[in-house]
This record gives sequence, structure tokens and C-alpha cells, in this order.
Amino acid sequence: MLLTSIVERREVWSATSYRTGFREAPMSGNPAILISGLTKSFGRVRALDGLDLTVDTGEVHGFLGPNGAGKTTTLRILLGLLRAGSGHAELLGGHPWRDAVELHRRLAYVPGDVVLWPTLSGGEAIDLLGRLRGGLDQRRKKALLELFDLDPTKKGRAYSKGNRQKVALVAALASDVELLLLDEPTAGLDPLMEAAFRECVTEERGNGRTVLLSSHILSEVEALCDRVTIVRDGRAVESGTLEQLRHLTRSSITAELDRIPDGLAELAGVHELAVSGSRVRFEVEADRLGGALRLLTDAGVRSLTCQPPTLEELFLRHYQSAS
Amino acid sequence: MTGTFALVRLALRRDRLLLPVWIMMITGAIAATASAIGELYPGMAQRVALGVTIGSTPALQALTGPVFDATSVGGLTAWRATTLATGLVGLMSIMVVTRHTRAEEETGRAELIGACAVGRHAIPAAAVIVAGGANLLIAFLLTVTLIGQGLPGSGALGFGLAVGGTGWVFTGIAVVAAQVTEHARTANGLAISVLGLAYLLRASGDAAGVETLAWLSPLGWAQRVRAFAGERWWVVGLLALTGLLLVGLAALPARRRDVGAGLLPPRLGPSDAAPSLASALALAWRLQRGGLLGWMIGFAIGGAMFGSLAQSVGDIVNDNPQLAAILERIGGAGALVDTFLAAVMGLLGLAVGGFAVQATLRLQGEEAGIRAEPVLAAAVPRWRWTLSHLVIALGGTPIIITAGGLAAGLAHGVRTGEVGEQVLRLLGAAWVQVPAAWVPAGIAMLLFGLLPRLTALAWAALVAFALLAQLGELLQLDDWIRSLSPFAHLPQVPGGEVSAAPLLWLTAVAIALALVGVAAFQRRDLAGY
Repeated sequence: MLLTSIVERREVWSATSYRTGFREAPMSGNPAILISGLTKSFGRVRALDGLDLTVDTGEVHGFLGPNGAGKTTTLRILLGLLRAGSGHAELLGGHPWRDAVELHRRLAYVPGDVVLWPTLSGGEAIDLLGRLRGGLDQRRKKALLELFDLDPTKKGRAYSKGNRQKVALVAALASDVELLLLDEPTAGLDPLMEAAFRECVTEERGNGRTVLLSSHILSEVEALCDRVTIVRDGRAVESGTLEQLRHLTRSSITAELDRIPDGLAELAGVHELAVSGSRVRFEVEADRLGGALRLLTDAGVRSLTCQPPTLEELFLRHYQSAS
Repeated sequence: MTGTFALVRLALRRDRLLLPVWIMMITGAIAATASAIGELYPGMAQRVALGVTIGSTPALQALTGPVFDATSVGGLTAWRATTLATGLVGLMSIMVVTRHTRAEEETGRAELIGACAVGRHAIPAAAVIVAGGANLLIAFLLTVTLIGQGLPGSGALGFGLAVGGTGWVFTGIAVVAAQVTEHARTANGLAISVLGLAYLLRASGDAAGVETLAWLSPLGWAQRVRAFAGERWWVVGLLALTGLLLVGLAALPARRRDVGAGLLPPRLGPSDAAPSLASALALAWRLQRGGLLGWMIGFAIGGAMFGSLAQSVGDIVNDNPQLAAILERIGGAGALVDTFLAAVMGLLGLAVGGFAVQATLRLQGEEAGIRAEPVLAAAVPRWRWTLSHLVIALGGTPIIITAGGLAAGLAHGVRTGEVGEQVLRLLGAAWVQVPAAWVPAGIAMLLFGLLPRLTALAWAALVAFALLAQLGELLQLDDWIRSLSPFAHLPQVPGGEVSAAPLLWLTAVAIALALVGVAAFQRRDLAGY
């Protein structure tokens, strides 16, 4: 049942709201996070430079970008730990700075680098953070401790990076909140624990919670996220469903042909053409694929492989410096 | 030891402001003391008279040590300045060493360094070289400045080496403490406790005339170098050798233990938090209660020690009818005892100011350690988080000094046979210190809110207050300069008159400073990685 609801949701996304454009406001309900034109400078360094981000209520939103792109700064502004420079930022209908305390009762945060109190045990830190947030579900805490295979009796210092991260994850996931802000939460986890984490996030979404997931792990983003926003140099460079983003990239085509067609190199949307004998290799933009294929079929196709764009290519293109 | 040189350079780069400030402050204070004594007591007769007074006053001997040669300016300078100078170099050495050893391990930076082509002993070795070098420089500067003031060369050298040598011993103590404990805070606390104990041993030994006690303390050795009074160079050798032995001792565990680990294995904790651990204040209490207890124990020991000495001040006067006759005119032996106790309470007040600053700056430690972030990302208003630690700092101050006052009152009362009365008098004298000790905490809070990078200035302010209190009268500084210290406005009790006005406005100043800091923190960005 859980799975079908996810599939349905996916279909709804791709079928309706995002056909027409990527940065459009969502159609229904208030977004959980609404950021537009957000700036933040540290001295002369401009960390955010007009960032836009919309996270709809109930979605798992991937937040991607190279190191130093401004992801953590954005999260820290949303948490009211930093003051926004200019622009608009709204969180669960409130002001991240002014209404910080009220908002924090409704959200939980897992920082990218978890530091614990050296004299407190992991279990104490989980309970404390949960209570400071307004209470946590002890049964859920026990279940999560088991799921993540975490020993809560060790003192803060004795944990490895991955285990410190688990402490913060358990504290966040055991709280009854509407929104989860997760900053690279699986960076220190082993693959088994990463799978456990995915299970949890899927369940959270099933419960109608909103998740903003900053991550570098593409398979994780692909498996979990309804939509993604890619940031670079403090701006959002792309935002939409993964299907939509795929459309923006090129397919790579390899073909054996009877003859090399004229005009293939000049065809709009064709890139990096390489011809060796009767064999051609090139990349073509998604919406030019038809034209290119027509040209190939006219030239007599003996064999054809067409590779859809991988997410890696998509992200690499965006991660690499501005063209 | 590979890589030590590079680490020394790193430490010097990180301390390029801190070390020069320490060195200038210590040499400057001593130079000023020497020149003031030269001006105040230019004639031999005046100096001898002062020497007789000191010699017959155990209280003075307890606070500053014995005078070995009252006939010369150098001898009096050594008497007045040795305790102050050795205490300061001790503190400096401890802080420098901990900062570059255990603090580095605790933050994980030592791991980054240890993974490079750096020997196992390079990190402590670099810290020892930097602290030892600073002490050597202080010894050199003291020698040169004192010679520059016309004092004899060998005495100046003896004094410089006594001070620098004591700093070297505490370099060794700090590097051992850094090996034993897991946390920088504990390492600092342990080494500073040793410094405090050394002071108490020396003070009681000197006051009660028990040489053995004073010889147990490195601070006592520094005095027994007898600078300007027939220098005993072998005592300098004793200081140098002890420091060397301690450094060698620290190298033993360093060879065996894991990076980041202490000598004691880590213990397990409860799997669930107690129901009471549910607020920012509960967390602050949990983090600070151990430190608070340590301070209370220290104050109780110190108070008891000084309290038990107080009566002997009077005894010696009573044994000497001539002196008693002189003193009768200024209030008699009882007044002398009270003066001594008032001076002790002044010292306790300054010391508890150290707790108040330390407890307030825990905020800074939590923020810089990224442990404030998860708390403030939960439903905790900023003011509640800042106030949680401030409450511990301001509330702990009277609790700690009560321990000191109570112990002093009990010890003194047992000797005079009027326990109830003395406990009440000395408790009152202790509580009077509280408003002044709050002021440096207010300064720390203000800096934390407005200029979090400069919170170390709160410590500088406290040291400045201590110098003004200890040397202000001697240096005949203008009243307005001395009045910059909150401690200058306190009534001299027991013995003096208490008026509520200064206590009230000092409290108001402290609270106002703190509130500005709290308000400023409401508005500023939280430090990140």
C-alpha cells in the first residue's frame, strides 16, 4: 500500500504540476519551504546569491550541489541560526528567524557534521534533543536504535562519525514533526545503514512528512526524491522532477550505418560527433533526438545503441564550473 | 619527534597575539613593581623598617612569601613580585601547553597532524618548546629590565631564572596533565589545581614557618632561589631538572596510548536520559556541575588553610610586646587578623571571578564546538540558551565563595573558640565579593554577544583587575585607574564598614553588561564550521 501511494504520487507529479515549467509555484497547498531571491554574505564572500527553492508539503526534495555551493548555509538560514541577507524565506508558513522557536517544534534537523557532548551518552543526547524539540516517541526511538544497530550507552566521544550521525538521525526521526531537514545525513553511514535510512525516509513520506534532503549520493536521490533542486555558487541552477531533468540532458548514440549521412554534424542539438569508417558516435539533446534518428534511418541503420542520459552526467554537467 | 619544528611554527602562528600579550604583561608588571619600590623606599632605614614589619607578619608572608633581604631594593622586589610573577607564568604555561596538546586531540585536529609525517612525540614536544621558549624569554627580559633599573646583575638573573624556571616546571605539569585526561578542560583544571595547591603549600609553609611545607611547592622554590639575597643557583637547577623530569614522564604514556584517549578507559553511560534532562538549563547544569564541584572543593581547602593561619598573625604580635604596642595604635592584633582575612577574601573574590568567566564562556565553547547548533535548532529560544549558562555562572559564584567563607570561618573559629561568630563574619566577608566577581562574567557575556572572537579579553580584564588589586596601592596608581577594577569598590571586611551602595551598583553593572550581551546574541549569526 505504501509503495502504491508513492507510485501514485510520482505519477501525479509528472502528469500535472511540472509539465509546464520548473520553477513554477506548486498548484495545491502551501509549500513547506518557499525561498526566493535569498542572499547571504560572510564578509566579502557571497554564499547565497539569489537562491530560489520551493519544497512542497509532503514531498521528498533533493538538494544537490557541489561543496561550498551554499546548501548548508541555506539550511542554517531556514533554522534561524543565520540571518538572511535579502530575499524571501518562508518555512511552514512562518518566518525562519522571527518564529524560530515555534517552527522548531514542527521540524527536526540532522546536521552534516554531528558533534555530541563528550560527557553525555548517545541515548541521553537523543532524549535531550527530542525533549528540547517538544517530545519524542520512546517506542519509535527503541525501534530506530534497533534498525540502525546503535548502542546508546556509549559516551559522545566514543562514537565514530557514522554512529554520531545515527544519534542525530534517531533523535530526528523519533520526533513527531512535519518537516525533516537533513544535511548529508548518510555521509558517514555504511551501505547497510544507508538502506535502513532509505526505508525510514520512505516511511516518513508515507506518513505525509516533508523532507529536504541535501545529498551527494545520486542513487539515494534517485531512489528517494520526488523533485530535486541543484544549486551552484549560491543559486538554483535547476529544479524539477528527475524525469524533467533527464530531458535536459543528452542521449549518447552509437550507430553502424550503410553510409555516413550528410548534415549530421550541422544538425542542431548534435554534439561531439565522431566518425570512424561506417560508425558514428555522437550526443544529442533530448528534444532533437527524433531529427537525428530520422537522418540515421535514412542512411540505413545496421545497428544502433542509444544510451539515455545518466544522472551522473546530469549532475556533473551542473557541478562543473559555469559555462 | 619528526615534524616538531613545523608544529612549533604552527603554534607560534596561532599564538602570535596571545604569547606576546602574556610576556609583556608579566615583565611589565614586574618592572613597574621594581621601580615603584625603588621610589617608595629609597633609603636603607625605610626598607629595613618595612622588612621588620613583613618579617613579623605571617599574614603578609602567607600572601607574598618571606623577605630574605630587606636592605636592598632588589630584595624587596623579589619579595613582592615572586608570587605574582610565578603564579602568572604558571598559568601562562598551563594554558599554552593544553591549547596545543589535549585541546588539539579533543577537536580531532591532532589526528590530521598525526597522519602526516609527524612523530608520536612531536605534538607535545612542540608545545613544550613553545611554552619553554616563552619562559626562557621571560627570564631573559626580566633580567635585562631589572638590570636596566640599576639592580645588581646576578640578582636580576637569579630572579629571572626563578620565575622562568617555575614556568618551566608548570610546563611539565601541564604536559603530564594533558596525557592523563581526555578533555582539555579537565587537563587545564588539573594543572591549575596543582598550581593552586602549590600556592597553598607555600603560603601555609611561609606563614607558619614550616620550611618543609614550602619546599614541597615549586612556588616556594622560586622564592628560595633568594634572588638579590645571595642567590642559590642550585635551586634554579632543581626547577630546571623537575621540569625536565615531568616532560620525560609525559613522554611515557604518549608512547603507549591511542590518539585522543586518556589513561582511564571511557565508561559507558545510561541508554536513556533522566527525566530531568529536558531543558537547556538542565543541559547547562549537567555540563557544568563537575566544574562547580571542583571549584567548591578548592575553595573549601583554601579557605580552611587561610582560616587556620589567621590567628597565628595575632599570636606572633602578642608575643612581641613592643610590636603589640605599636600595633595597638592602629587597632591592635585583632585588626591585623582582620586585615589578613580581608586580604584573603579579596583573593578568593578574584579567584571566583575566574569561575564566573569560565562558566560564562562555556557558551563560546559550546558554539565553537557546534554543540550549540542542535540545541538552537530545537525549540529553544536563544535567550533561554544563553541564560542557562549565565545562571550557572552567576549562581555558582556565591555558592563557591560560600564554601571558601564557611571553611575559613570554621577553621578560624575553632582556633579562636568562637565558631558561630567567625563563620557568620567570614561568610559575610565572602559574600561581599560576589558583585565584583560578577562584573568579569558580565564582560564575558557582553563580548560573547557582540565580539565572539574576542572573548579572551574577558580573561585579560580579570587579570588586569587582579594586577590592580595586588599592585595598585604599591605603584601608587591614580585613584581613577584603580577604580576601574570592580574589586576596588568593595568594603574591607571583616573589620571595615559595609555599605550597600557599591554592592548594588556593581551588581547592576554586571547585569547590564550581561543583558547587552544576551540581547546582542539574539541578533547575530551562529558560528558554523
